[in-house]
Amino acid sequence: MTVTELGIPRRLLEFTLDGEAVRAPEGATILDACRASGKDIPTLCEGDTLRPKNACRVCVVEVEGSRTLVPACSRKVEPGMEVRTDTERSRHSRKIVLELLASSVDLSTTPQVAEWIKEYEAKPDRFGPDAARLNEEPRVDNDLYVRDYDKCILCYKCVDACGDQWQNTFAISVAGRGFDARIAVEQDAPLTDSACVYCGNCIEVCPTGALSFKSEFDMRAAGTWDEPAQTETTTICAYCGVGCNLTLHVQDNEIVKVTSPHDNPVTHGNLCIKGRFGYQHVQNRD
Amino acid sequence: MKKRQPKTYTRLTHPLVRDTRDEPFRRASWEEALDRVARGLQRNRDAFGMFACARATNEMNYVAQKFARVVMGTNNVDSCNRTCHAPSVAGLSAAFGSGGGTSSYEEIEHTDVIVMWGSNARFAHPIFFQHVLKGIRNGARMYAVDPRRTSTAEWAESWLGLNVGTDIPLAHAVAREIIHAGLANQAFIERATTGYEEYKKLVEPWTLSLAEKVTGVPARAIKELAHAYARAERAQLCWTLGITEHHNGTDNVRALINLSLLTGQVGRYGAGLQPLRGQNNVQGGGDMGAIPNRLPGFQDILDPDTRLKFESAWDTVIQPHYGLNLTEMFEAMEEGSVRAVYCIGENPAQSEADSDQAVRRMRQLDFLVVQDIFLTKTAELADVILPATAGWAETDGTTTSSERRVQRVRKAVTPPGEAREDIDIMCDIAARLGHDWKYADAEAVWNELRSLSPDHYGMTYDRLEEHQGIQWPCPSTEELEPTYLHSRLWEKDPQRRGMPAPFGIVRHDPPVDLTDEEYPIRLTTGRRLDSYNTGVQSGGFASPLRRGEYVELSPEDAERYGVVVGEEVQVSSRRGAVVAPVWVEPALRPGLAFMTMHFPDEVDTNSLTIEANCPIAGTAEFKASAIRIEKLPVATIVR
Amino acid sequence: MDLHFGDSKPTDEERAAIDALLGPPESSWEGAARDEMRAADLRWARGGRAARDRRDLLLPGLHAINDRVGWISEGALDYLCRRLTVPPAEAYGVATFYAMFSVKPRPATVLHVCTDLACAAAGASALCEGVEARLGLGSGVHVERSPCLGLCERAPAALAIKAGDPVRTAVSAPATVHEAVLAASSPDSAPEEPPAAMAVPQAGDPGLTLLRRVGVVDPASLDDYRSHGGYAALRRAFDLGPAGVIREVTDSGLVGRGGAAFPTGRKWQATASQPDHPHYLVCNADESEPGTFKDRVILEGDPYALVESMTIAAYATGAHRGYLYLRGEYPRALRRMEHAIAQARARGFLGEDILGQGYAFDIEIRRGAGAYICGEETALFNSIEGYRGEPRSKPPFPVEKGLFGKPTVENNVETLVNVLPILTMGAEAYAAIGTEKSTGPKLFCVSGSVERPGIYELPFGATLGELLDLAGVRPGLRAVLLGGAAGGFVRADERDIPLTFEGTREAGTTLGSGVVMAFDDTVPLPRLLLRIAEFFRDESCGQCVPCRVGTVRQEEALNRIAERTGAAAADDIALLREVGRAMRDASICGLGQTAWNAVESAIDRLGAYE
Repeated sequence: MTVTELGIPRRLLEFTLDGEAVRAPEGATILDACRASGKDIPTLCEGDTLRPKNACRVCVVEVEGSRTLVPACSRKVEPGMEVRTDTERSRHSRKIVLELLASSVDLSTTPQVAEWIKEYEAKPDRFGPDAARLNEEPRVDNDLYVRDYDKCILCYKCVDACGDQWQNTFAISVAGRGFDARIAVEQDAPLTDSACVYCGNCIEVCPTGALSFKSEFDMRAAGTWDEPAQTETTTICAYCGVGCNLTLHVQDNEIVKVTSPHDNPVTHGNLCIKGRFGYQHVQNRD
Repeated sequence: MKKRQPKTYTRLTHPLVRDTRDEPFRRASWEEALDRVARGLQRNRDAFGMFACARATNEMNYVAQKFARVVMGTNNVDSCNRTCHAPSVAGLSAAFGSGGGTSSYEEIEHTDVIVMWGSNARFAHPIFFQHVLKGIRNGARMYAVDPRRTSTAEWAESWLGLNVGTDIPLAHAVAREIIHAGLANQAFIERATTGYEEYKKLVEPWTLSLAEKVTGVPARAIKELAHAYARAERAQLCWTLGITEHHNGTDNVRALINLSLLTGQVGRYGAGLQPLRGQNNVQGGGDMGAIPNRLPGFQDILDPDTRLKFESAWDTVIQPHYGLNLTEMFEAMEEGSVRAVYCIGENPAQSEADSDQAVRRMRQLDFLVVQDIFLTKTAELADVILPATAGWAETDGTTTSSERRVQRVRKAVTPPGEAREDIDIMCDIAARLGHDWKYADAEAVWNELRSLSPDHYGMTYDRLEEHQGIQWPCPSTEELEPTYLHSRLWEKDPQRRGMPAPFGIVRHDPPVDLTDEEYPIRLTTGRRLDSYNTGVQSGGFASPLRRGEYVELSPEDAERYGVVVGEEVQVSSRRGAVVAPVWVEPALRPGLAFMTMHFPDEVDTNSLTIEANCPIAGTAEFKASAIRIEKLPVATIVR
Repeated sequence: MDLHFGDSKPTDEERAAIDALLGPPESSWEGAARDEMRAADLRWARGGRAARDRRDLLLPGLHAINDRVGWISEGALDYLCRRLTVPPAEAYGVATFYAMFSVKPRPATVLHVCTDLACAAAGASALCEGVEARLGLGSGVHVERSPCLGLCERAPAALAIKAGDPVRTAVSAPATVHEAVLAASSPDSAPEEPPAAMAVPQAGDPGLTLLRRVGVVDPASLDDYRSHGGYAALRRAFDLGPAGVIREVTDSGLVGRGGAAFPTGRKWQATASQPDHPHYLVCNADESEPGTFKDRVILEGDPYALVESMTIAAYATGAHRGYLYLRGEYPRALRRMEHAIAQARARGFLGEDILGQGYAFDIEIRRGAGAYICGEETALFNSIEGYRGEPRSKPPFPVEKGLFGKPTVENNVETLVNVLPILTMGAEAYAAIGTEKSTGPKLFCVSGSVERPGIYELPFGATLGELLDLAGVRPGLRAVLLGGAAGGFVRADERDIPLTFEGTREAGTTLGSGVVMAFDDTVPLPRLLLRIAEFFRDESCGQCVPCRVGTVRQEEALNRIAERTGAAAADDIALLREVGRAMRDASICGLGQTAWNAVESAIDRLGAYE
């Protein structure tokens, strides 16, 4: 409960952010500090329930004295550090990263990315019509969720959520190397032959829609997915006594997707198969 | 292999009634249905039982128990917590005066030793187990005690595969080892407990070698567990139905609590006892008084001051004795002293042990009204069926989790057809029986409860929202209490320390259903990851993990019987027989079989289980039946 | 851990290979037969931390299977996972990370034919085509086109690996089609490789410091090593004490020879002073930079020197365990080092009480399996730990959190062997060698268009011209690649560049790991650049976007302009610059950061595509 403070109070560190002196608690990342002072930096692989992987490199900023740019999502603030978030150099890298991703991956369901592409004047088409793409087909091998790796930016969040950070099921890993690296279960088998327990905690963290509820996938295919028309209501799962918080996404009085609040002390955004997918009985209406 | 999907249930959308049990149901108006209920209950006023629902909200349970006590003038109110965790409540309240788990999930992330005893939380409580895994990743060592080497046990430093029903010998041997190794926490024992000398004598015969003989677990493993638990600076002891679903479930719980008293592993941050609840509101149902011996706020009915408080608030007279629990109500149906039952959201026709007997007893009722969202097997027995809402998605209210956290449930979808909320239905029936209750909404019910239960007083809906749930006790609207209970036991001042915790003097009593030459296999039951109880809810989604009901056998037994995966066999106990396909499961040892109750429409496992009940809590021995396995076709006649 | 295994079972051979590495399984849960003998397993199972802590044996386990069978089947992988409590999906991710492993069936013999820079210039593509024509389907040999095999002085090169018990290897270099096919079809009867000294044209020169024993001592004999001054440095180290050793190394001015040129004394001091324990020493012998083969020559020619210098480094930094991470393509170096370590252990130069000083240290060899990225220090840690060889983000730096999350000092082979002369001659005398900022002797890997390719030892400060003359540069020199694929080209007329860290930096290029590869005008520059781009695309681990996709876009652009110049190439060159800049600025590790270096230098310095 919120009242029991375990740690000792954190020291405040002073550093310079875009020319202004700011203070951030020890252990905070540059991104934390930016957000605290109202600065927006694009992020893709960063997740509020996961340790930073800093794989996408879209959040890079300049730190005085550093040879290369540094990822704001993982670099911790140090006293006296001079950080600049919006230099030509960092904007250039962000633009190229967006171009590289957009030219190889289907970002059509990645929130915000279209705005960033505009903001950074990225031109993914410049690599020509023959630029290599992932060219993956959606994998529909079970009734609960779909893996559309054509939309995968390889952010590792699903692997981390399935692995030692939360679920500890380790059903997926990155297999292969380089541009051919893909998220896969052992032997790249169908999900149904894998260790997957269908908790859907990978869907919860997927930033691009590569992983989605089958209900969402089907509705998008049918053109009926209408996010603005959906309501989100948080309630408590009925499948055991643990008390997991479920956020029901409802469209036309049908539950179409279930998530969990990431800041919830019980779930931290995680659910099990029953909580995530076991809602159908409520709407077996005739 | 054929994928077996269970029966899918569709929602009830209209009241259903019938005049006699042998005719089919017909659709009725709410007016007619409620009138019939009122008449049916009215004529059985002195022989009434209420089955409340461990899955419905606190508010609903509060109104349900109030209905029983005020409208029907009886304390005969209970719910399916009886079939699972009543022994935990009974055991914990006998030791500490309060029936809740003593710790919080977050604490297990910061403890040193975790004992999972009779709990496959990895499957049954997956998100709780994530907290356990955090603890393990933070360096905690986990020990698992379970006849099967479950997924939970696979995470353990050490798994102890005891014989079914030998938990007390194992616990006593652990205790004896702790005492003999000089690891008992003398300071805590002296300050905060009673009955230690007697307890010491009780466990003294349980040497490691005797325990090895009785439990089947190597002495070295028992010794290691004893030392790990006693030497830990903080230790958490968690259990589930492997402890409670025995004919002596409360004794089992006491035997585990004893270990915490012996070592002082309770009442501190990170050190405590955690029974894991099987249903979303099994904790709250009891907290709300939907049990025969407590009023809301877990306040004892036998206490005159408590009764007086409720009598004046409710303008009624409360019976000054305990009511019948669920098990006793079933027995009373047999005797005819319970003739009308109002069953809300429960499915005892399939969830009770020896389910054939349960059905037979319900058929003898004069009047049965079932309020549910589905036409369950129990509803099929009813005179009137009232279509209700799904508590967790179609109503507002609160539920209370295993860590005593009261959290808000919110309405997200509109119920189908004419289905109505439980509280509204009950209020309409109460009105027909002369009690005009007015609750504007769930919050109004909650505020009435808050005014009567000091432990809940500080939890306004606003605060519940603000804190994402609050754990009881919460007597103040300004402050929050620590996350763990019973820190009072560590107080120096005896005044503040309060009632000391007594050691439970409990003896080993093997399972009632003995294995012998005719029934050589021990059947134990449990849950699978993707299914829930009788499958009425979980059957509704297409789980890729689901393969239907199987009787799981060890590789050795499968070979001995000459059966292979998928082959149907007859499984018989002294009470019944079912046909089920075989699954070969290496987590089992020879002589041990496993089934679930998730697919009763396909394989009615509970027709095998024994209704040998815990005399204190009334929970049946689901975890230990004697069975035999026969290849089909069976030569003898199926009984 | 609750792991999920499929139905596939290992063959007896696969099981035997794994059990030979790990010993027989301890319980039926770990894969032992489930019989009456193991009835107690069904009552008590151990697991938890101890079981999970064996993850670092994953890579050796994969090698064991691959060495025995030639590929890694699902059944074998599952059995290994069961033995080590590793999730099969993760093990699959690891197995597919390394180029030397296959998770698909393939013949027992794999012939790796190098197609990298030096070999390409020496006719590798004709060799490849010839070999592939002879060794088609059904030949029992699988032909792999390989990145640099570290045999550049004998280009073109091929390495045959025949799985079995034991695994057999044969090197053919310089290779003809006939010899390469012979090596692949019967590695046992292939001619013995020439001794390591053949790669050292200066061998026997008494003026040598680092290479003085190569070709002089018997690399198998510890006694011969000692009779040539071996273990004098360790004795001195014990006299000085750990702090004294670090002071000497600091005063000597020694900097890392792997390419980053970080002061070794400072790295040691930073590790030694970490309160967290244990400390580890890692020797990076994963030299995979195209054109680099100096470590191989030391490992093969003077293996005890590395054992001794690792012992000293560990002693100075408070480590009791050292890992030698050796690239998988060096079978002879592996044998020599295994032998040397066993000998040293048998004679008390490794183990519990070295030289009777009460100091304990031992070395474990870990083989790489075909991944350039594992030369990056943190990728190497992940590889040893049994994870995919992906670099970690820094900070924290290895001196604080390195191998197994503990303070770790990592040095490459050349850096470590420099410690011996520092201690025997003293820091002052050592620092007098070379220039003020680049002290000591330096090894250069010279290959390509020269008469006498090989490893050269020169004091820092010699010029490029001097080195090329020593190696007998052939006429028609067009360009020199310094530092390998991650380095940069200089022009034939830039002979005066001093071969020092500061000198090359001032000249706008890099010394890197000491590669000096000469190209004459018979080799089309765009082909070379394309090969470099292909190398980075192949070797990118795939973790970060700039490198994973950037290396692909770089290769695509170079492909487009392979036959173009001037205005026709201008757009793509602009594109290359933009992508290259982002790779350099935003990639996680040195691989991506340097993937554009050579191409950029060829454009800017050599005027490629003009």
